[in-house]
Amino acid sequence: MLGTAQYPSPAILADAIKRSRAEILTVSLRRESTGGSGGGDFWTMIKAMGTRILPNTAGCHSAKEAIVTAEMARDVFETDWIKLEVIGHADTLQPDVFGLVDAARELVAQGFKVFPYTTDDLIVAEKLLGIGCEVLMPWGAPIGSGKGLNNRFALKAMRAHFSGVPLVVDAGLGVPSHAADAMELGYDAVLLNTAVAKAGDPAAMAEAFGYAVQAGRLGYRAGAMEARDMAVPSTPVFGQPFVSS
Amino acid sequence: MVNGQETEIRSQTMADILVEMGYEEMPVATALNMAVVRKKDRAATPLHEGDRIEILVPMQGG
Repeated sequence: MLGTAQYPSPAILADAIKRSRAEILTVSLRRESTGGSGGGDFWTMIKAMGTRILPNTAGCHSAKEAIVTAEMARDVFETDWIKLEVIGHADTLQPDVFGLVDAARELVAQGFKVFPYTTDDLIVAEKLLGIGCEVLMPWGAPIGSGKGLNNRFALKAMRAHFSGVPLVVDAGLGVPSHAADAMELGYDAVLLNTAVAKAGDPAAMAEAFGYAVQAGRLGYRAGAMEARDMAVPSTPVFGQPFVSS
Repeated sequence: MVNGQETEIRSQTMADILVEMGYEEMPVATALNMAVVRKKDRAATPLHEGDRIEILVPMQGG
């Protein structure tokens, strides 16, 4: 899943989308300050890509703002899907989990398919599932930080706790190995934006992330070996030369 | 107020204000006083002094 913000140009964004092989793109709603056609041009381009759209409620700081934004998004994007963000702090951009649960409850009741951007807190996750969310999107690290999986153990616990629930690591990824790591933990997808948009070559980085997701998923399904504390030779010992019996 | 700016408008309805402000050819989402106004309802939604109007367009997002 790929975000569409902060790219150097529309052409680079289009190239990054193609090379990433992302299946879902996130978009937003914003004020058009110039009264020009910028929003229309962007939407025309994105629609032409033929990729599934996931509108977000980025920048909303209350459940009410997020609910109204979601309703507006459904009207213009004509989808029931919504990436629900209720931001609790302007510096950390961390989710306000209380507002998130309130907004999710209302939006699920209105028939939205809610993709909640949340923390790795299991209790919050249980509440979100309890009110009808079918997907969870815990953060890897703060939005735009590029730090990767800050609390790998918590993400591992979440995967173990909610087997059968689609889980997406959303936010904070920086390099393709972060995405592979998330997929190797058994997560079903990753959502990222800044790691690609702010790369030296966004389209190449998008392609790299695509491979990383594929590799991580294949590695997870192949079943990784158990890590060991001590060395175990990989070459057979039997028949080893230069040893006395 | 339109998109956070105090604005003098002539329009009587939410549909009219999109024309007045040059949005008639663009895909937009609208809200009035923190309540969504769907496309199908704009022509029947009257505007009053002091209303807070949001006109939003599809944009890049993460």
